[in-house]
Amino acid sequence: MDKIHSRRQVAAIKHSLFDQGYLDEQFIQLEELQDDANPNFVEEIVTLYYRDSSRLISNLDHTLERNPLDFNKLDTIMHQFKGSSSSIGAKKVKAECTLFREYCRTRNGEGCRRSFQQMKKEYATLRKKLETYFQLARQAGPQETAFRPK
Amino acid sequence: MTVVEDRMDELRDEFPIGMRVLAVDDDSTCLMILETMLRRCQYHVTTTKNAKTALTLLRGNENRFDLVISDVQMPDMDGFKLLELVGLEMDLPVIMMSVNDDPKMVMKGITHGACDYLLKPVRLKEVQNIWQHVVRRRTSDSKERSKSSNQDKANTDSNERGSVATGNSDQNVKSSRKRKDESDYDNDEQENGHDNEESSCHKKARVVWTVDLHQKFVNAVDQLGFDKAVPKKILDLMNVEKLTRENVASHLQKFRLYLKRRSCAVNREANMAAALGTTDSSFLTMGSLSGVGHLQSLTGAQHFHNNTFRPFGSGGMAGRLNTSFGVNLHGLPTSEILHLGHAHNFHKSIHEPLKFQQAIIGGNQNVIQGMPMSTGLDQFQRKGVNIGVRPIQSISPFLDVQPNFSLSNKLPDLMPKSTMGCSASPVLDVSNNALVLKADGENTQGGGLIFGQTSLASQNSQFSMPLLDQGRCSDIWSNTVQSSGTNSYPPTETFQWRNLSGASSITSLSNQSLDSLKDMHSQGVLFANNSGQISNSVVPFQGWDDNNDDSSFPSTIFGNSVDSLIDTDGHTSINSIYNKNTDFSFFELRD
Repeated sequence: MDKIHSRRQVAAIKHSLFDQGYLDEQFIQLEELQDDANPNFVEEIVTLYYRDSSRLISNLDHTLERNPLDFNKLDTIMHQFKGSSSSIGAKKVKAECTLFREYCRTRNGEGCRRSFQQMKKEYATLRKKLETYFQLARQAGPQETAFRPK
Repeated sequence: MTVVEDRMDELRDEFPIGMRVLAVDDDSTCLMILETMLRRCQYHVTTTKNAKTALTLLRGNENRFDLVISDVQMPDMDGFKLLELVGLEMDLPVIMMSVNDDPKMVMKGITHGACDYLLKPVRLKEVQNIWQHVVRRRTSDSKERSKSSNQDKANTDSNERGSVATGNSDQNVKSSRKRKDESDYDNDEQENGHDNEESSCHKKARVVWTVDLHQKFVNAVDQLGFDKAVPKKILDLMNVEKLTRENVASHLQKFRLYLKRRSCAVNREANMAAALGTTDSSFLTMGSLSGVGHLQSLTGAQHFHNNTFRPFGSGGMAGRLNTSFGVNLHGLPTSEILHLGHAHNFHKSIHEPLKFQQAIIGGNQNVIQGMPMSTGLDQFQRKGVNIGVRPIQSISPFLDVQPNFSLSNKLPDLMPKSTMGCSASPVLDVSNNALVLKADGENTQGGGLIFGQTSLASQNSQFSMPLLDQGRCSDIWSNTVQSSGTNSYPPTETFQWRNLSGASSITSLSNQSLDSLKDMHSQGVLFANNSGQISNSVVPFQGWDDNNDDSSFPSTIFGNSVDSLIDTDGHTSINSIYNKNTDFSFFELRD
């Protein structure tokens, strides 16, 4: 009973993540890659992502503190960040990255900073939600790994 | 000619299962996801985050991989560069990936030779299909080879070296006729369905373009004149057993591409040279060519008007060519400049990579060469003819390329020095005049390489293409080019060659070339603004398109590349270089 309940919870969280636009189709792809041989694949990937992105975020922080702003560098870092975010399906984060890059392109320093703050927020939120999700998922045990939100 | 066993055999059994893929991406998350997907498809995967490591792996054992997938943006090496290198050296299919879906980037990828360009995030389904590229390539290669071998067989019977000419011709004629039905080289070999008649059970042999062979090829092309160089005639002139028209045709196509690339480089070099202040037209010598090794003097075949145009440092440039190719890839776009104005210079250069031939500029030499040749060869390989010639210098950055050119030719001032970091000797194929990058509009082979049309003007288109189009050129020129984006040459900037110090010298060339360069943006090339003239004819690269009907590819590429690189690749750079002009009438852009 408990398990079923947990599973439902997990499913619910997942649904909400998709509904609210935190995650997109790519996340499903990752789940599809998870199988018996690779039971924690998604979690591993996401952990890798956290590591990479922390580094990139702090890098961005430093670069944004400089004066004058090195937009090219910012763009490069963000390009990479966007790449990894899109690989795990972090939809909102990715959108924010795109916006940030646009500000870089137009050399809008203030816009960059604002966008960066927003992006950090989205990232933090996503991270928290995913952590909860994975925790529950582990408790619930193996379940259908991939489903497509309606 | 060495024959290499057809790789098709290796694939047969369980393909695509077990296909060996090398994945390169600096982002760990993406790399891991990609690896998992590839394993899910039952491919055999090797991953690395570092492009240089990837190259080492690939070079280490040539047969270890069937396919390479690489990210575009990487910190240690540009993905496009890696792409070029792999294509040239190993003739493996390369797939690019990026989160950037800008059509220009995609175009750049394709023009650089990528088999495919995937957008991140990569889907499993897309990954499942990548094996097609391997098969496609192998099939093309096989067809090429089998045709050649078939033809060879036919030829061998009747020819002997001595009387080979006739014999070959006969055979060639026959085969050619047969082949006529086949698609032109413009079309992919895949379209030919044919192979067949001859080969069936015959083991398809791969033609390896050794230095000697390539030299013969270059000589033949030179002799015929770049414009008139058609595979059949080249084949006849070359007089080599076991070489088929197809081999030659595909090699020619690659060569042209190579020259184009070089022309970019050359231009750059020229500019550099110009900048360097070489007085001669020799700017060709653009020192940079050093990499290439030898500037093929543009032999008379090409019309080089200016004798003075020695550009490319006689020889220096040529030298570049050879090595350059590898080197060029490294991003020394300059090499690309090698405008292969003289196709034949190129050839020579290729063959004698380090040989620095006196740029015959005096007479009309195309100095192109330098690099393109070797690279060109590599390109050719893609087409299935393995060019045995490897850049003499392993793809080391141009800078390393030793300036072979002793600039014995006149270009004394041309910088033998490697100004051109990119050894790509700017082959300013001044078609008409010496450096002219032969912008030859015709991409006969579809390769778009515009090789030496003798006329400069037209030539320009040629060279702009090869050079420009590849990102390679852009590397160097991008700086410069970017600004101009248009065809105008921003003399100063365009050549951002790294090492170009002699931009001025290049400019001199450019002056001349301007005309011819029409398309060539002097941008890249002109370094230094020296070229007063440069601007003149700089015709935006688009010109190329006109020229090359067939090769839409090159032209387009150029167009694109031009934007990024140097506008007209050919033009610009050369223009600048040509400043000096000693008299060359540089490029008169033909078209």
